[in-house]
Amino acid sequence: MGSQVVHALKELTVDITHGEFVAIMGPSGSGKSTCMHVLGCLDTPTSGEYQLDGEDVSRLGRDDLARIRRHKVGFVFQAFNLMAGATAQANVELPLLYSGEPRVERAEKAARALDAVGLADRRHHLPTQLSGGEMQRVAIARAIVNDPGIVLADEPTGALDSVTGGEIMALLDDLNGRGMTVILVTHERDVARYARRVLTFRDGRLITDEAQGRAGDAVTVNAPESGPSLE
Amino acid sequence: MTFSDCLLSAAASLRSNKLRTALTTLGIIIGVAAVIAMVGVGKGAERRIDEAIQGLGENVLFVRNGTSVSGGVRGGSNSKVSLTKADAAAIERQASAIAIAAPTVRTTGQVVSGNSNWFTTVYGVGDAYLRARDWTIGEGRTFNPQEERAAAKVAIIGETIVEQLLPGQNPIGNIIRIERIPFRVIGVTRPKGESSWGRDHDDVVFVPISTAKSRMNVGERFRGRFVRDITVKARSADLLDAAEEQVMEVLRQRHRIRPGQPDDFYVRNIAQYLEARAKSERTMSMLLAAVAGISLIVGGIGIMNIMLVSVTERTREIGLRMAVGATGRDILLQFVAEAVAVSLIGGLVGVILGFGGSLAAAGIAGWPVITSPFSAVVAMGFAALVGVFFGYYPALKASRLDPIEALRHE
Ligand SMILES: Nc1ncnc2c1ncn2[C@@H]1O[C@H](COP(=O)(O)OP(=O)(O)OP(=O)(O)O)[C@@H](O)[C@H]1O
Ligand SMILES: [Mg+2]
Repeated sequence: MGSQVVHALKELTVDITHGEFVAIMGPSGSGKSTCMHVLGCLDTPTSGEYQLDGEDVSRLGRDDLARIRRHKVGFVFQAFNLMAGATAQANVELPLLYSGEPRVERAEKAARALDAVGLADRRHHLPTQLSGGEMQRVAIARAIVNDPGIVLADEPTGALDSVTGGEIMALLDDLNGRGMTVILVTHERDVARYARRVLTFRDGRLITDEAQGRAGDAVTVNAPESGPSLE
Repeated sequence: MTFSDCLLSAAASLRSNKLRTALTTLGIIIGVAAVIAMVGVGKGAERRIDEAIQGLGENVLFVRNGTSVSGGVRGGSNSKVSLTKADAAAIERQASAIAIAAPTVRTTGQVVSGNSNWFTTVYGVGDAYLRARDWTIGEGRTFNPQEERAAAKVAIIGETIVEQLLPGQNPIGNIIRIERIPFRVIGVTRPKGESSWGRDHDDVVFVPISTAKSRMNVGERFRGRFVRDITVKARSADLLDAAEEQVMEVLRQRHRIRPGQPDDFYVRNIAQYLEARAKSERTMSMLLAAVAGISLIVGGIGIMNIMLVSVTERTREIGLRMAVGATGRDILLQFVAEAVAVSLIGGLVGVILGFGGSLAAAGIAGWPVITSPFSAVVAMGFAALVGVFFGYYPALKASRLDPIEALRHE
């Protein structure tokens, strides 16, 4: 098998501020997921630099990256990725297991996160007993349980119908309203409309970076926000 | 991730696949049960030998009246009695490998003190006999030569007799009646305890042989110079065989037995006989060790196999765990913990089966099987080791997965 170097991302410079709501769009294979992996510290760039909260994390090893993920990022996946044998509560507690939270605190925090996504009464249900939308809400609860600064959602509505997708987007919007940075990948204009900023990728390059009015907003918001910088 | 978190999460994932877990533990169950049985049988055999030797005294041979026929013993109550006190003296004098040769007679009788009475065995012996059988005096003293010569009415008693007849009293100087004859207690032997057959070594009374022969009913045949047996103590374990030969030589000569004629006595090396029996038990124990070893290895391979399958099946879960902050070490620990949990579950069931089986073996085959908590700990330790050893490679594989690829895994 011949091997060929693929540059999934090229010449990308982007600066995202705390509290932003960013949508990443672009055709399949354009590097959206790869960008999310770098932002989420699952991957490091081959060359270039990634500063998270002012710290260069692009040369860190696997374990250091894992430790950063624990506290600073929450992931939401298209396929939910819930553990099938575990209750909603146990699924949400998972990140706390690795951040070394004591058992009682784990239970409390997970309960609070489930409450925040409106699933307080489903705590003891298994994923198989939940609808797609509910599963994604559990996944969101899991993403925010450690109170990270950033939530990364790679096509979070991709497996849902538009109504349920809308509910999920409303939830992410709500989180953003409470100060969390939300970055999501989507193929759908309707979904991207929730964001205030849209990055468009093609062939690994950022081709447009536009601020936009949010769904329901009357005016375009374009003022750069203050706060610690994520570049 | 703390240790208990690790175990809890392992338990959760094992619960989600109960049948598979149960099947995986089978090898370990058999292995551990075999370890328990092995230790039990082995220790039982050893203990029995130790006890028997303790009961007999070290390096002791018994010379008895009668004829030995290839292992079995012929000669009923009517058979001719040939051993004498003088034989014992001659053996001690002439046989270089022998330290002591002590003649004995024996009877049973009712022993009475105050309102208490007790049925026991009474040995007519000398101090030499006590030394030959490794009896030591706890309180009081042993027989003196004057008492042995003069058929004095003095007795040395075992611990059990003290408990039965003279509880809470100082036995020394007390008078006890043996078959209505009053004896003064001059000594108490240090306890030897019970044999694994349940015989109480300390349920015994010693009186001088001269006293027994002249004043008590030791049987018509043992009146006069004849004795029931001669207890021989070799100078060392190495000299036991030589001692046996020398006894034969001395006695054949004294009894004028011509070559080719059968002996009118026989020598019993009970320790050797027990040793031979114990050997078959040890063989059994070795066999169990082999079964244990093979089962544990096979069980370990089973665990490894299942863990590899599990790692593949749960690749996405591993990716997810990494995405939410698990380090490679966390994943490694989790999977090792799972393997260890499987093996410990198997171990626990194996311990229960092993104990049950050992007790059954003890009951059915009559082996004194010793089941100790120690062997359970050892067996569980082995099980855990197997879990760590065979779980490590799959766990390592899991810990080295790339989170992105793992998350993409179908
Ligand atoms: N592990 C890898 N090895 C080699 N090439 C890869 C790897 N992962 C991704 N790529 C390539 O990098 C490019 C970008 O992939 P990426 O998954 O980021 O695209 P995407 O924009 O998320 O697409 P989609 O919308 O289909 O999810 C693609 O050309 C892909 O083939
Ligand atoms: Mg993608």
